[in-house]
Amino acid sequence: MNPVAIKIFVPIDAAALSVGAEGVAQAVLREAQARGVAIELVRNGSRGMLWLEPLVEVETAEGRIAYGPVAARDIAALFEAGFQSGGTHALRLGVTEELDWMKRQQRLTFARIGVTDPLSLSDYSAHGGLAGLKAALAMTGEAIVETVKASGLRGRGGAGFPTGIKWKTVHDAPAEQKYIVCNADEGDSGTFADRMLMEGDPFLLIEGMAIAAVAVGATKGFIYLRSEYPHAHRTLQRAILKAENAGILGDSVLGSGHAFRLEVRLGAGAYICGEETSLLESLEGKRALVRAKPPLPALQGLFGKPTVVNNVLSFSAVPWILQHGAKAYADYGMGRSRGTLPVQLGGNVRRGGLIELAFGISLREIIEDMGGGTLSGRPIRAVQVGGPLGAYLTAGQLDVAMDYEALASMKAMLGHGGIVVFDDTVDMARQARFAFAFCAKESCGKCTPCRIGAVRGVEVMDRIIAGTERPKNIAVLRDLNRLMTDASLCAMGGLTPMPVMSALNHFSEDFDRPLPALAAE
Amino acid sequence: MAGYPAWDQDSARSIIAGLAHLEGATLPILHALQEEFGHVDPQAVPLIAEALNLSRAEIHGAISFYHDFRTVPPPRRVIKLCRAEACQALGCEALVAHLAHDHGIVVDDHSGAADIAVETVYCLGNCALGPAALVDGELIGRVDAGRLAELCGSQVGSSHAGARA
Repeated sequence: MNPVAIKIFVPIDAAALSVGAEGVAQAVLREAQARGVAIELVRNGSRGMLWLEPLVEVETAEGRIAYGPVAARDIAALFEAGFQSGGTHALRLGVTEELDWMKRQQRLTFARIGVTDPLSLSDYSAHGGLAGLKAALAMTGEAIVETVKASGLRGRGGAGFPTGIKWKTVHDAPAEQKYIVCNADEGDSGTFADRMLMEGDPFLLIEGMAIAAVAVGATKGFIYLRSEYPHAHRTLQRAILKAENAGILGDSVLGSGHAFRLEVRLGAGAYICGEETSLLESLEGKRALVRAKPPLPALQGLFGKPTVVNNVLSFSAVPWILQHGAKAYADYGMGRSRGTLPVQLGGNVRRGGLIELAFGISLREIIEDMGGGTLSGRPIRAVQVGGPLGAYLTAGQLDVAMDYEALASMKAMLGHGGIVVFDDTVDMARQARFAFAFCAKESCGKCTPCRIGAVRGVEVMDRIIAGTERPKNIAVLRDLNRLMTDASLCAMGGLTPMPVMSALNHFSEDFDRPLPALAAE
Repeated sequence: MAGYPAWDQDSARSIIAGLAHLEGATLPILHALQEEFGHVDPQAVPLIAEALNLSRAEIHGAISFYHDFRTVPPPRRVIKLCRAEACQALGCEALVAHLAHDHGIVVDDHSGAADIAVETVYCLGNCALGPAALVDGELIGRVDAGRLAELCGSQVGSSHAGARA
């Protein structure tokens, strides 16, 4: 490539592609060629300002200048306005790093995403990649585990279990074979951080899993990826091949003598596979029925062997911790929620996207200040936090901090950090019905409270919505929810009552609406 | 999407043989067969069971458990429409109603030999740009009634030049 070529960045992230980034990239190439402008087109990850996608950036002496949202038909006019040297145009947003959305964040895990070419190892290394793995290779497994423990990192997948303690259990378990499994079955509505990370910085996940392997003495790893993410699948496969060729994966990780091989496995459209034991069953080739615990997967996991199962974001937080030290990570956050959380803002919101911040910012700041309120312009009525098993909060409850314990104290949960905004047109009785319908469709079927309870829940909600003996049916609803909470085998049945009860308790007027004239859907 | 070749026992057998060495090979084999033929024919069950030394019941159980696997050839075009909460907040259910009312397409109806099928999917990870759909492996954001009609239209094919990798 010509050394004086102008660097232009057009994201290859699936969300950016979904609103036309590929057409923009092609138009940039065509237009540059027609004008004889030497450019280097870099297909980067997304900065996470999804309402501005496709976001095109140009490297200038001032820094990278952002333009967005750009359509393919804008490209000729952009060249005309001299955007290749940062020229003025209606779509010009300014220096990317100086934009309010970017400046407010504390990007540790997402530091490189949107900045680098996701599949360039030299770009990766130039931006701090592999420093964590190199540091880990100079330490004992025990010392790595201690570092992760001291950082306070808790599993980012939803349950929030301390990562270091899980790793310690696997480290201490004697076995001739151990496994590292990445749970990349990001099925919660409102969450897309795992996808963005796998598409935007796949070597980071590979590095985090390699560190885990070295720490606990595992030689084989699997990334269990949901089939709904075909773009991430392609990127991961290419990244693994490159990592093998560069000696990051294989018989001797960076020449250390530690062997670690990695495979991507595709799920097949089953939400329950986000539950770690059912994920393991699926990896073994079976129907994904949840396992009773104990035994813990850390002791008897994949094929009965000690297994570290962590989420994409948990593994991806580890290289930074090893590179900068446990204390530097723990200095971010509040209470028992240490470090940073990639928050995903979606649904009916004007400015949706990914925000990485230390724990502790309030929901209101995220939704109103950063998100700019609803996309429809109508008042916010309900906000669901933590996926389809998370609670619905009212517009009056948004001052709660993004923190595991603060949300739990409101009978809500942080989950994987997804926030879904609804305006005042939402019918919360219908949302409660949906929670049951979703559980009925996605239940693995192993335990009765979930399998039968969810179906009964739909029936009860239908009666309430239809106005049949409402007080009696609401009593049945409360009873059913108690039973599902107490007696389900896993979080699927155990937490489905959370959205239902929050809807009932905070939005009871929707459970007592006057009957519609027509019973139309 | 172009048509798939007819089910062929010999080529199915060689696909299975090529993957049988994997740890937990069942899902990779089912995916590979479906990618080749567009569906997993029930005739594959004994072949996979034999290759992996598992019971036919275990293979049948896996095929029937996962939403992705089909046992009959797919329609010419399958549109996966997200109906999870984030897309609900942006009106995906109105799109479902619109499909039925204006196009006679009932979501998740597999009864007829329809040319085009719209299927429910729960979350495509495009929650800030919903409603979202997945068509031939490409993600589409901000789907509205017009875009959906275009996707369902018989002229579609290669006309959406937008998102092609």
